[in-house]
Amino acid sequence: MATFLGIDYPTWWFLLIGAVFTGYIILDGFDLGAGIVHLFFVKEQSRRIALNAIGPVWDGNEVWIVIGGGALFAGFPEVYASLLSAFYVPFMLFLMGIVFRAISIEFRSKEPMQWWRRMWDFSYCASSTLIAFLLGVILGNVTQGINMGPDHVFRGSFIDFINPYSILTGITTVALLMMHGAIYLVMKTENRLYVKLTIIVKNATIFFVMMILLTSFYTLLYLPNMAIVIRRFPELFIIPVMMVLAVANITRQITKRKYLYAFISSAVTISLLMVLVAIELYPNMLISTQSAANNLTVYNACSSQKTLGIMLVVAGIGVPLVVAYTTFVFITFKGKVSLDEMSY
Amino acid sequence: MDVEILARIQFAFTIAFHYIYPPLSIGLGLVMCVMEGLYLKTGKKLYEQMTRFFIRIFALIFGIGVATGIVMEFEFGTNWAVYSKYVGDVFGSALAAEGIFAFALESGFLGVLLFGWNKVRPSVHFFATVMVTLGSMFSAVWIVVANSWQQTPAGYHIVGEGMHARAQITDFWAMVFNPSSVERLTHVWLGSFLSGSFLVLSISAYYLRRKRYTEFAQSAFKIALVVATASALAQLFVGHKSADVVAKYQPAKLAALEGHYDGSKPGDLYLFGYVDQKKNETHGLYIPGGLSFLTHGDFKAPITGLNNFKAEDKPAAVNFVFQTYHLMIAIGMFLIALTLYACFLWWRGKLFDKHWLMVIFSFSVLLPQIANQVGWYSAEVGRQPWVVYGLLRTSKALSQAVKAGSVVFSLILFTWVYLVLFSLFIYLLNKKIKHGPFDEENLDHSPRHIEMADSLV
Ligand code: HDD
Ligand code: HEM
Ligand code: HEM
Repeated sequence: MATFLGIDYPTWWFLLIGAVFTGYIILDGFDLGAGIVHLFFVKEQSRRIALNAIGPVWDGNEVWIVIGGGALFAGFPEVYASLLSAFYVPFMLFLMGIVFRAISIEFRSKEPMQWWRRMWDFSYCASSTLIAFLLGVILGNVTQGINMGPDHVFRGSFIDFINPYSILTGITTVALLMMHGAIYLVMKTENRLYVKLTIIVKNATIFFVMMILLTSFYTLLYLPNMAIVIRRFPELFIIPVMMVLAVANITRQITKRKYLYAFISSAVTISLLMVLVAIELYPNMLISTQSAANNLTVYNACSSQKTLGIMLVVAGIGVPLVVAYTTFVFITFKGKVSLDEMSY
Repeated sequence: MDVEILARIQFAFTIAFHYIYPPLSIGLGLVMCVMEGLYLKTGKKLYEQMTRFFIRIFALIFGIGVATGIVMEFEFGTNWAVYSKYVGDVFGSALAAEGIFAFALESGFLGVLLFGWNKVRPSVHFFATVMVTLGSMFSAVWIVVANSWQQTPAGYHIVGEGMHARAQITDFWAMVFNPSSVERLTHVWLGSFLSGSFLVLSISAYYLRRKRYTEFAQSAFKIALVVATASALAQLFVGHKSADVVAKYQPAKLAALEGHYDGSKPGDLYLFGYVDQKKNETHGLYIPGGLSFLTHGDFKAPITGLNNFKAEDKPAAVNFVFQTYHLMIAIGMFLIALTLYACFLWWRGKLFDKHWLMVIFSFSVLLPQIANQVGWYSAEVGRQPWVVYGLLRTSKALSQAVKAGSVVFSLILFTWVYLVLFSLFIYLLNKKIKHGPFDEENLDHSPRHIEMADSLV
């Protein structure tokens, strides 16, 4: 099997796709979080500022899920096909959320009527929450495994996806992104709105800490095989420890009013969570609850070595470009939000 | 209804809805580049107003294009799981390249385009406009390459058998430059330029009829007219090249496009008509042997007809393919006549004198839109019963895990949401156009409005 820097191609793609989805949750995560806390702002002016804080960047952030989806399709067509056809209903709802979030941001500012703006405020908040929740539900089910036959076709029904664990991971994701988004908004605002947001950040962080503790205990008690790898390699225990430290650091930086550091810490928390999931899954990508023989792994689900090689070249050229202009855009719009005639 | 029909209806509905917006984004982007380029070059306030006005319209269109596009990317997996496994190795890479090269480019610079006017230098802003336009043109490249590979597969081999058969890539560039991709991509680009430029023509003609913003509207009209005329003329040639490729690689589709049944006879070229699918005959006004002449340069050469194919190997909806195809060509011809006539009047210095012409132009935005839609219908329905031409049948490509109930659920959901979305889009577009190009009339962001909105709470 072809390798690059000593790691085989399928594993590279597992890592790369994982990195892209992590990037998605970090970047679009703060847009979603801003949407989740949107209704906590009461004044029209506050809502506009909050919207314009993500205004110039949310569309670019959303692209990461498009890249992730494309990379999954190309790198692991079997996983792309089995995952999406199994999660048909949750994915359709997810896509609905994506549509509604986009048009709420877009349409809200186009009419001055109060009912119009209220309506889109509500739909913006609801769709952002729905997206975050479904992301968590899907993640929760992927870590538990799904009822998949030897031909990798899903044999269950969508009711199976609604179970205590996935609901727990769903709510945890909402809490996580709420905290993440609120921290981002603190960085972009001033005066009264800023003060209000510092309180929201505190509460969201407490909410998240409670949820992550609950989810962790549940995992250890009821899903012992989710901790096999860590039990086998105790040195990996450093990852959950680092996560605890990162979360603790968020609260510390917030009390010190160093919000950029708090934001970085919450991004680190998200990354470590994804690393934990990846460690426990690898080399599987989609686990079958029927039998381990039916699992889709990075080796039996991947595209040909040739495609993976071509795609490595594509990624090698593309990723630095994307990073370069993303940085450019973020620098252009850095600093606190100010409204002008082109704003939402 | 069975899952296959439902899944096809759902896919067709969502892609057709998506395809309302990309051509407008691509075409309007191009026209905006010209306008902003003129502004940079001349420094005239008029061009600045023009650019800013169309950016606001662009934002509306682009936003919906993005939202509906993301739906499409995941529908390959949800509806056509077997197909996704089959083609993933070959054109998944085209789709991934699209994400990283095209979508990231357009969406990244979109923020600067929409919100950067007061933040960056004019030249940087112009750069962002060009990048967004290029990004949207690139995204057409990869998606059309993928679709063309489905129509005329190349650069692959098949591994495995039965349910486990997969196409695997052998030659990346042969896949990218498969026999139909260049022709079809150019055709799609030109179709998009027509959509975008006719949107500008329509809006300008509407202002001229109402005698509002006359200087602004005349100037915008002329810019768009140049783009429209060039694209309309080029489209005829490129469309003809596309038909050549179809004749060579998809004879059953060509026969359906012209309703040609008897393979021992030369093919006729219909101006209009209808296909009697019960009697296997086509009636209407035609140029005898015209199709033979266009494909072989000889009025007498026989053309493979639908009778030469087994029932399971040819498209079922022949009349539908015939009608959509002829509607596209009729519109193409009409656009050529319309733009050439307008150019003639311009040359005589009488472009804006004829009221009736402005009436036609103010509704003309619909024509390229319809041609784009029916063009895809004839290309895609004419490809049936194959998803991947000659290799994989549509009926085999379906997701096995998906039940009819789930598809009905999502179909109802999407129909409902898209109808609401479309009505709001038309309403807001109409409102933006009525408001006109000038900031002081742009109620939404005027200081007065901000005060008003604040007092609401
Ligand atoms: C002719 C070009 C064309 C065609 C045939 C399609 N699209 Fe499209 N698409 C675009 C041209 C485009 C665009 C111009 O790049 C968009 C549309 C409007 C827009 O504003 O960006 C876009 C947006 C868009 C997005 C959102 C990208 C973003 O976040 O910026 C996705 C994921 C797709 N499309 C996917 C698809 C799929 C899976 C298609 C086929 C089944 C498809 N598109 C057909
Ligand atoms: C935006 C332009 C497009 C339009 C308007 C369009 C239109 C359609 C229509 C009307 C159908 C249904 C055909 C039928 O049910 O008989 C269809 C099917 C399909 N198209 Fe396209 N299409 C477009 C682009 C694409 C692209 C770019 C791809 C692939 C990369 C694609 C892949 C498919 C697939 C997989 C099906 C389902 C199988 C089938 O019913 O043939 N389409 N499309
Ligand atoms: C003027 C004469 C025209 C001719 C001879 C022509 C020819 C064709 C042919 C043969 C196809 C099928 C290609 C295939 O199945 O592979 C096609 C498809 C298509 N046409 Fe046209 N066309 C013309 C005008 C137009 C116009 C004016 C528009 C839009 C403004 C348009 C938009 C499209 C689109 C979007 C498709 C589907 C994409 C593709 O297959 O390339 N066409 N055309």
